[in-house]
Amino acid sequence: MTNWSVILNIAKTHLLTKIKQTSIAALGVTFGIGSYITLVCFMTGLNSMLDDLILNQTPHIHVYNEIEPSKEQPISFVENVTESFNVVHSIKPKLSQKKIHNALPIIDYLKTNESVRGALPQIKTQIFYIAGSIELGGNLTGINPIDEANLFNMSDYIVEGSAEALHNSDNGILLGIGIANKMSLKVGDRVQISPINGGIFPLKIVGFYQSGIADLDAIQSFTNLKTVQRILGEANNYITDINIKLYDIEKAVPLAKKIEQQFNLTAIDIKTANAQFETGTTIRNLITYAVSITLLVVAGFGIYNILNMLIYEKMNDIAILKATGFSGKDVQLIFMSQAMIIGFTGGVLGLLIGFGLASLIETIPFQTEALPTVETYPINMNPVFFIIGFVFAMFSTFLAGYLPSKKAKNIDPVKIIRGQ
Amino acid sequence: MSTVLEAKHINKYFKKPNLFHVLKDINFSVKKGEFASIMGKSGCGKSTLLYILSTMDTDYDGELYLNNKLISGEDRDHLSYLRNKHIGFVFQFHYLLSEFTVLENVMLPAKKLAEKSLQDIEHDAMEKLKMLKIDHLAKKRASRVSGGEKQRVAIARALINNPSIIMGDEPTGNLDSHNAENVFNIFKRLSDDQGLSLLIVTHDEDFANKTDRIIQMGDGKILM
Repeated sequence: MTNWSVILNIAKTHLLTKIKQTSIAALGVTFGIGSYITLVCFMTGLNSMLDDLILNQTPHIHVYNEIEPSKEQPISFVENVTESFNVVHSIKPKLSQKKIHNALPIIDYLKTNESVRGALPQIKTQIFYIAGSIELGGNLTGINPIDEANLFNMSDYIVEGSAEALHNSDNGILLGIGIANKMSLKVGDRVQISPINGGIFPLKIVGFYQSGIADLDAIQSFTNLKTVQRILGEANNYITDINIKLYDIEKAVPLAKKIEQQFNLTAIDIKTANAQFETGTTIRNLITYAVSITLLVVAGFGIYNILNMLIYEKMNDIAILKATGFSGKDVQLIFMSQAMIIGFTGGVLGLLIGFGLASLIETIPFQTEALPTVETYPINMNPVFFIIGFVFAMFSTFLAGYLPSKKAKNIDPVKIIRGQ
Repeated sequence: MSTVLEAKHINKYFKKPNLFHVLKDINFSVKKGEFASIMGKSGCGKSTLLYILSTMDTDYDGELYLNNKLISGEDRDHLSYLRNKHIGFVFQFHYLLSEFTVLENVMLPAKKLAEKSLQDIEHDAMEKLKMLKIDHLAKKRASRVSGGEKQRVAIARALINNPSIIMGDEPTGNLDSHNAENVFNIFKRLSDDQGLSLLIVTHDEDFANKTDRIIQMGDGKILM
């Protein structure tokens, strides 16, 4: 029964003869959707940049040997005091080794797990950087530079030199930029380091490392696993930490638990270690959506207003359409299709404007100490945002058009014709 | 002669502001080809009756037959369809869609009915305009033609679906005597030449006297 070509033709004529009002209503939607796209692309771009700053470098699961007191003190093994109340003073941590026992077989075993993208051994140790008579405390971490670059984006944080240079050098060191500045060192110089159990080792600087966290850059340096093992005088199975990267970050929690039980080690998953980042991301997303929805609601009210006015102006038309045989439903569809046409054109224009603005922001230079590899403002151009934006445009105009068109549907033509 | 429109025991009440019995047991019928007029004083209920007969007002008691079929109590969508197909309407005020051209205004009810192709509808519409001698206005906006011309456009629109009956609510009430005469002649010709039934509410005694039959109303009743 519904004759769409007639209905759309009437809707089109109404819209075109009131082109000013139509464009204002459509611009309302355009503005709402455009700002939504710009905002959400920019905000999520910034969000993921901030998250990457920490999370890229952070393993999904970090396995190590925790130094801690025994959970069960010897007294609890004595049977004839089980009914009594025991107090143990001055509990000391249990004497255990820092290295992970059987680390290399464990790494091989973890690599066979399907959800594991990589498991990298590390050796963490405290050292002193020696500059004349001054000793600066610091951390030296032994790594596989190529694997670290592949899995943990380490190259992003190497400001001079490269991971390959470290890999190829037998006694090279990737020095934290903070230490380099303090000691006025440049690439190619030698730096003397001393582990806590004594001895002095000269290492050649192959590059500088800048994480963007000043406190970390002032103490942290990297070298090859073998170099650290040699400095510490340990065998080549001496590994203190295993960093695991997964394909799916959601599997971190159960796998960490499994590793803890299976190997009697401490395994910290990324969610526990970086809970505050997730909270931050969630809240920033919440703000983005709150602002976007406000914009869209305002645009929706604009459409509601204009359609309402249009219907008052078109009372006579509605009466005559009904008198000549158009049903209430036809009249409703005429006004609904007007709303949807406004929503569609406004929405599509909004997507284009949003895309344009986001692309523009992407070209604005943005340089910061903290992010050595970032040159322009980050934009996350996710197609999902465009789909959401478009759906929301259609949905809000549908709602904004529904109420006035419902009113038009129920207008009694007799009242209008006789009221004149 | 067959009956086009028949009303049996029509009663209507206005509920607001006070309960008021507007139409009291109305019984009458319009035969095919009959040119009838309804006369009566203001407030006697003649317009109210016309809107009930036109199916736009459904809030009444009694039975209404269109082409011998009971249409009281049908749902609104079906009534819209019946109105579209069988009833042509001409009002006192011209009621054209002012943003559309004259031709589009005339074509609209036929497009809604969608029984013919667009070319046929356009051809029919031009025929009706020619018959009423306003075909030169076809491409003009409805808001740009004079009052008398508008009323003729409205008549053309009422005719487009070849309805069973044309109803008019004081169609000449707002026209000068020359245009009123013109409109009457058109109605008369439609009735005589094409056997169309017409039911016209009017105040104009000259107009009513020239019709086949005058239905006098007073105080919600048919007097003669």
